[in-house]
Amino acid sequence: MSIKVQIRKKLGGFLLDISFQSGSRRIGILGASGCGKSMTLKSIAGIETPDKGYIEVEGHTLFDRERRINLKPQKRNVGYLFQNYALFPTMTVEKNIAAGLEGSRTEKEARVREMVKKFQLEGLEKRLPGQLSGGQQQRVALARIMAYEPDVILLDEPFSALDMYLKDRLQQELMEMLADYKGTVIMVSHNRDELYRFSEELLVIDEGHIAASGETKELFRNPVSREAARLTGCKNFSRVRRVDAHTAEAADWGVTLRTTREIPEDIQWFGYRAHDFVPVWGDRGENMLRFDLESSALLPFERNYYLRPGICWFVQREKIEELDERGMPDYVLFREDKILFLK
Amino acid sequence: MEEMMEILKELDWSPLFISIKTGIVATVISFFLGIFAARKVVKASPGKKAVIDGILTLPMVLPPTVAGFFLLLLFSRRRPFGEFLFEEFGFKVVQTWLGCIIAATVIAFPLMYRNARAAMEQIDVNLVYAGRTLGMSDTKIFWKIIVPTAGPGIASGTILTFARALGEYGATSMLAGNIPGKTGTISQKIAMVIQDGDYLTAGIWVVVVMIIAFVVIFLMNLISGKKMKNIGRW
Repeated sequence: MSIKVQIRKKLGGFLLDISFQSGSRRIGILGASGCGKSMTLKSIAGIETPDKGYIEVEGHTLFDRERRINLKPQKRNVGYLFQNYALFPTMTVEKNIAAGLEGSRTEKEARVREMVKKFQLEGLEKRLPGQLSGGQQQRVALARIMAYEPDVILLDEPFSALDMYLKDRLQQELMEMLADYKGTVIMVSHNRDELYRFSEELLVIDEGHIAASGETKELFRNPVSREAARLTGCKNFSRVRRVDAHTAEAADWGVTLRTTREIPEDIQWFGYRAHDFVPVWGDRGENMLRFDLESSALLPFERNYYLRPGICWFVQREKIEELDERGMPDYVLFREDKILFLK
Repeated sequence: MEEMMEILKELDWSPLFISIKTGIVATVISFFLGIFAARKVVKASPGKKAVIDGILTLPMVLPPTVAGFFLLLLFSRRRPFGEFLFEEFGFKVVQTWLGCIIAATVIAFPLMYRNARAAMEQIDVNLVYAGRTLGMSDTKIFWKIIVPTAGPGIASGTILTFARALGEYGATSMLAGNIPGKTGTISQKIAMVIQDGDYLTAGIWVVVVMIIAFVVIFLMNLISGKKMKNIGRW
């Protein structure tokens, strides 16, 4: 299992310049819309052609500009799950699954039956895609891809068009369905939760280039760059004036922070996640910030406070009660182990 | 009433058969050519698209007599191409049934092409990409996915093409003429008898044309209606 990608493509004023290689079975690509993540997937599938570079999957070269290799999508053996599933609307479920199959009629039928069973589509064989629910459509689309036994499966924002309730269930379902798939799966999304749950390795793409990459959980713990931190959900940033190896002034927050970890010399930003603040009543200690409450928002399971100077503090349900009981705290504490050192 | 029965008894039905035959042949030719042209145009670059589309749509916009003029220029045996066709293959176009077919096809073709194209352009391009990544050849994608998905649009294009080909008058009268039993179509018959002031015979042919038109449209709606049952109602 390996994939190597190094591509460049110019699109008007936008430059896509992506390069990564990975041996992971589950790769996530995180980025805002229009950052080039879909274009990357489409280049791997052969739907788009990069201007330069190469793409290699499992040791097969799919594209190499210099060696003038550019396999047709039909020859790449890459499965692509489209956001809208792209089921063929005039074909029944069976015919959709059989669409890409080759071989004799009986072989095809056997394969379709196997897929129908595996993806729990029994009884739906004769239905048209328009008569299926969103979840059933996803299963058909995946069955259609898996029937063809691709080397790689590419998932292009598979959940972004779904409502919250369905999304959670379909994510779980998709993970289960992919569990015994031996090949590489690459999922593109703008949703950090989806990718946190799905991927072993994560690439963060910002404006056409890779802002950070690494093991998913580690990348969330230490996103390294400001862009990666922002895309992984960090809400608070401050410029840094480094005093010494363990002390630095957070200029935008107006507080001096001390850490036991060594602050790297090339640090430019502190990041701090909105959920990580600790309320403090009473005396001021180290790494504490005095604030003014600007506004607040009530969510079903959370309360969001917007503090001056420009800080978001998200309080989860169990803590809300404490706040209701004791009133607003005098200070918020930066837990030193949660402070992100960013470039 | 008696007068009408008298006319009906002695009526020469050949215009009916000539018109229907011409309509069917012209529709079949336009159907394949139109779909083929639509496919080419949908895949072409924007610049090419505009030029080709303009040329293909021209016969619909121009008066049929202008199309007839060009067809005569092309196929007359006193012109190089017409002479070549006759000398090499023995094809006579002017004043023949072949002329009826060519005139009807040229005039009706844009309806097929434009409807097929509009229907194809509505199709989600991801269907094509999905087909490709599943290993389907472009030809297979076209006939198994694009054409069925564009089915309702293609069906309505076919109805309009047939109706137009059936009723073609201007270009046909110039290219094929009105030879009874050979190139005399219903439209030409109606025009001719009206000139003689024979409104009764003209009326009979008008009724015949209207019946054909209703039957065709009804049949096609029935077919495309079935195909469209998975498409939502407004």
